[in-house]
Amino acid sequence: MHPALQGLITIIIGVGGCVGYFFFSNYLLDKFLLPARAMTAEQTALRRSLGTIFLFAVPALLVLALYVTAIGVGSIASAGGMFWLLVAVGLIFGLWRLKDFVFASGPTTAGHNISHANMIRPWLFLAPAILALGLYLTYPVFETLRLSLVQRNGGVGFGNYTFMFGEQKFWEAMRNNMLWLIVVPAMSTVFGLLAAQLTDRISWGSIAKMMIFMPMAISMVGASVIWKLIYESRPVDVEQIGILNAVWVAMGGEPQQWLTLPVWNNFFLMIVLVWIQTGFAMVILSAALRGIPEETVEAAIVDGANPFQIFFKIKVPQIMPTIVVVWTTITLVVLKVFDIVFTMTNGQWGTQVLANYMYDKLFRANDWGTGSAAAMIIMLLVTPILVWNVRNARKEMR
Amino acid sequence: MDNIAGHKSSLTWAVHLSVAFLVILWLFPTVGLFVSSFRTADQISSSGWWKALFPTEQNLVIRGASPTDQAQIDGLYVIEGNIFDGRAIGDIAHWGTSSREIDAYKPGDVVELNKGGTITLGEDGTYRMENTEEFSGSRGQRIFFTATTAPEFTTANYEFMLFDPQNSEGMSKAFFSTLTVTIPATIIPILIAAFAAYALAWMEFPGRALLIACVVGLLVVPLQLALIPLLKFHNNIGIGKGYLGVWMAHTGFGLPLAIYLLRNYMVGLPRDIIENAKVDGATDFQIFVKIILPLSFPALASFAIFQFLWTWNDLLVAMVFLIDSSGETTVMTKQIVEMLGTRGGDWEILATAAFISMAVPIGVFFAMQRYLVRGLLAGSVK
Repeated sequence: MHPALQGLITIIIGVGGCVGYFFFSNYLLDKFLLPARAMTAEQTALRRSLGTIFLFAVPALLVLALYVTAIGVGSIASAGGMFWLLVAVGLIFGLWRLKDFVFASGPTTAGHNISHANMIRPWLFLAPAILALGLYLTYPVFETLRLSLVQRNGGVGFGNYTFMFGEQKFWEAMRNNMLWLIVVPAMSTVFGLLAAQLTDRISWGSIAKMMIFMPMAISMVGASVIWKLIYESRPVDVEQIGILNAVWVAMGGEPQQWLTLPVWNNFFLMIVLVWIQTGFAMVILSAALRGIPEETVEAAIVDGANPFQIFFKIKVPQIMPTIVVVWTTITLVVLKVFDIVFTMTNGQWGTQVLANYMYDKLFRANDWGTGSAAAMIIMLLVTPILVWNVRNARKEMR
Repeated sequence: MDNIAGHKSSLTWAVHLSVAFLVILWLFPTVGLFVSSFRTADQISSSGWWKALFPTEQNLVIRGASPTDQAQIDGLYVIEGNIFDGRAIGDIAHWGTSSREIDAYKPGDVVELNKGGTITLGEDGTYRMENTEEFSGSRGQRIFFTATTAPEFTTANYEFMLFDPQNSEGMSKAFFSTLTVTIPATIIPILIAAFAAYALAWMEFPGRALLIACVVGLLVVPLQLALIPLLKFHNNIGIGKGYLGVWMAHTGFGLPLAIYLLRNYMVGLPRDIIENAKVDGATDFQIFVKIILPLSFPALASFAIFQFLWTWNDLLVAMVFLIDSSGETTVMTKQIVEMLGTRGGDWEILATAAFISMAVPIGVFFAMQRYLVRGLLAGSVK
């Protein structure tokens, strides 16, 4: 089947399935299970027996079948088997309670039905999202943790980590990641702030902003091709077609293979990400700068402050929270940086970074243990930001 | 802002200049590749793209017509032709017949050939070889010349990369593959997230705050962690590598941002509208479909653009979940990476391929920039 057709069918099935799920589950709840009217004991008894079949018996059998096929009856005695058995029993018990909650015995009032329906409805709305988030983001965190602790000999321990810490390439990746973490957020934020402040003051500022912002739309692979042309190097006696070497030669230098120069090549890769991320920093910071109350700036002018003092002493302190947000957002991008290194140097010549190291281990060396350990290091580096974000969000909710 | 106090800053011109400098600096790399994609391989390798806008001098060599084409005119054996072969390349500055002296003669000079006979090359590129005896050999005379070439651009690269059925590296298949990945991977998470966001914004239930905290936490979980567990999972349930897997993966990875953006937007909608509708007897489902969804259009559009750009430009997820060893379903980003390996110096191919893959996101970017900015602001400013 042609993939485009397959895609179209998937869109229809996927979208139709989603809409259908939301529509029919709500319809069932409102019209049949818990209608907004009183029900007699006979009506509830019929619903209760139907509900016992469809809300309890069928799903419970499914859970059991899943347990038998995925875990196996033979492994009940093992720790893993025991754990999953408890999970399965818990699920079945939960289903039993849920059935009792939805299907009351005896006559019910309209108020009872409405309040019960309103307790169930949020979970109908949330179910697909919770399922997807649990399966595609939460479960992998724990599974990766488990894989990283399974050693080559099959035992459990920190073997993968000690092996990884003994590898020179890992420390190279760590060193480079730290360099990236310092340089890219700093340069993007500084350039972004500069661009935001300058473009806010001129008539053609919005066009200028659009141009600086545009690299955001370009893939990191595309950006890598763009910058590889800039770093292109040709033999001494031939005309240089990379602008960097052309300028370098015009200034009297020898043509250089920029991407193979140790240590410096890291900075040439970082420039690509700075080029992409500056637009993001600029847009956010520009909005923050506009949000500064005019009175503070006016007061400073009246007091005789010059534009530089206004910028550094009045404006920057007021947008500090936004600068922190921009900084952390770019930090997250940097921690996961993969495409640029993979495309431009593939970690050769001392440019390895964690994400590419991990990819190497997972898919080239087929060493899942070490690869998972590397992934856990990335997770560990992200965790402080995660905690900080969650705390901020909770503070806001109050 | 300086105008407030009644005097215009003397720095204004400096600001204009700095912004112009920044903009040029930021555009320069992209323009370079863009210009290169409209040049031939010879042009790219003989001069930097920044010279493409001006006439350039090129050293070229061609072979004249072979002796089998010679004609007898007035008792002389003559070979005639034009080195430009109908293509207007430019003016000839000087020429030669040996690789050691490629600039020995001027246009119009009549020169003795080693093998006997004479040759002359006119400024317009016509050459004429004369001999009293028959020209021998099977190969034509080599002519070296230096020509000043007017700026010239061609769309041949695009035709070659997009429409040439002979080209095994053509981008058209990968283009459709990328499109096939992108569209479902953009639409499905929006739908799922919209319902979840409504529940998190406007419904009361125990555990709501915890769920919101979870979503915020999951926003930053690196998708690198998900690669192996999910690949294993997909293999176990029989999906393996393919479109279905990549759609599901993109849906899962895009959901936290989608829920977060949409919830933040929906919370800000006026409470009166929703409560009035409830008083009038509307169910939550009706409120959601008839009131919340239409009002949330800006937020939906913002996320749609994010997810579209992200799935279109993605490399890692496609490599892990989609592209199998047959390479039938390769996406554009992966194909470009491969071409960087196999066709490293062929910039006309690379530049064209890169621009084919960049055209759609850049178009979307310029068309819907307003929503993108709004989404960025909602997604990161707290």
